[in-house]
Amino acid sequence: MSDPRSLEPSDPPHATGTDRVKRGLADMLKGGVIMDVVTAEQARVAEAAGAVAVMALERVPADIRADGGVARMSDPEVINAIQDAVSIPVMAKVRIGHLVEAQVVQALDVDYIDESEVLTPADEAHHIDKHAFEVPFVCGATDLGEALRRIREGAAMVRSKGEAGTGNVVEATRHMRAIGDGIRWLAGLPREERYAAAKQLGAPVDLVEEVAETGRLPVVLFTAGGIATPADAAFMMQLGADGVFVGSGIFKSAEPERRAQAIVAATTSYDDPDVVAKASRGLGTAMVGIEVDADPGAERLADRGW
Amino acid sequence: MQAAHPVPGARIPGESLVPDRGPHHRPPAADGQAPRIGVLALQGDVLEHLRLIERAGAVGVPVRREDELATVDGLVLPGGESTTIGLLLDRTGLAAPVQARLAEGLPVLGTCAGAILLAREPRQHDGTPTGQWCLGALDVAARRNAFGRQVASFEADLDVAGLTDPMRAVFIRAPWFEDLGAGVEVLATVATDVGARVVVVRQGPVLASAFHPELSDDPRLHRLLVDAVVTRDPA
Repeated sequence: MSDPRSLEPSDPPHATGTDRVKRGLADMLKGGVIMDVVTAEQARVAEAAGAVAVMALERVPADIRADGGVARMSDPEVINAIQDAVSIPVMAKVRIGHLVEAQVVQALDVDYIDESEVLTPADEAHHIDKHAFEVPFVCGATDLGEALRRIREGAAMVRSKGEAGTGNVVEATRHMRAIGDGIRWLAGLPREERYAAAKQLGAPVDLVEEVAETGRLPVVLFTAGGIATPADAAFMMQLGADGVFVGSGIFKSAEPERRAQAIVAATTSYDDPDVVAKASRGLGTAMVGIEVDADPGAERLADRGW
Repeated sequence: MQAAHPVPGARIPGESLVPDRGPHHRPPAADGQAPRIGVLALQGDVLEHLRLIERAGAVGVPVRREDELATVDGLVLPGGESTTIGLLLDRTGLAAPVQARLAEGLPVLGTCAGAILLAREPRQHDGTPTGQWCLGALDVAARRNAFGRQVASFEADLDVAGLTDPMRAVFIRAPWFEDLGAGVEVLATVATDVGARVVVVRQGPVLASAFHPELSDDPRLHRLLVDAVVTRDPA
């Protein structure tokens, strides 16, 4: 073919903020690790380690847990500094239900908003109407019904809640298994039982139908909350996660750069124990974990939201 | 290297969580002689490409190791994060084998991040070089996030040279191509505030798209790849 350098561009209206565009960015993150960072320098470490995105925060969940008080969206200066430091997508957290924090963070041009139980909820009855935004949202879920409620509100990506800031994977395991078990249960039901299943889940019938037919959520499912080691990350991938959020687990450990690279390697080759074994060698001390059940003063963040 | 202790039931991110639905949910290719097209499966939207390869009449093969790469007649570099995939190519030891296959003229399709990895020179959104490693199989500069961050991501109908109907093109933090070498064909451009920008190019066996045909379920660019494999002169 001759070189049509003068090819006329087609010029229809460009549609921004569509579901396909919002969910599509999550598709691009599949198989990857998203890391919590609090400075531009940490963001650069995460990018160099192979993170597919960073979550810009003032404090990682372990510190939020230790400090107590009300946790809110980050200072825009923190978010902007991190945006300027890296070329990978930058996410930021807002409080559950706080639609103005979400408007502010959207105005900062972040790539994804996490409506997150790690911050102190701003509304105890309603999550944000996420359809009203051009920027896509990721939300936490502890089971299938919760995941589908968030998707109906406009979430373009879902993550297990786990128990952030503990370094203990047990709650992420519980939530990943609950979501997977819910999907497998739906997939095995006769069609006429899907309607009662929707009622039981507290989820819209059309999404219940879709999950029963496809055997998966309509959006990408990541895991989060307590992942601290390469083996934790690979474990979550084998439980059906499409990718991994790591919060306090990297920059609260002895050697963040090595641990970050190791968790990326284990997430990529999660089904190859030799790679996970190699990635697990000589990483120094992992973050100090917390057993929430054994600590009467510890609040369960996963109980926030519904 | 085949894993010494492979894990049963490994799944490609995005696949069904229901075990008895099989691992890939892709129909087996009808024709035993169908070409095998690999999808680099280190990170990104691998599954969508595997599905379109099957729809284009070939067999889709996830590629994470050198022995898997050796079995394919064509290759897709998927969407994802180009920084991450580039680092993983290096760390898994796949970079040199992939470059060697490309040098032999292996037909390849890169979308978005995959297109950036194929380029001669990846650039930041302001035009400065990113310094990231890339394959250099395509004589273009790829300007990353050229249209802006995620809120500027968009979909539009685009005319692509050689295709009768427009493609629904999904651009996600997409690059565009600039400083094209003499051997590079422009197959599509998109209108922007700063004029038309090049978004689909071809240079011999190398095809690259700034947008994601795999997200609009349109197999026509994948068919071009399969055609290039089928018509390739055995060296």
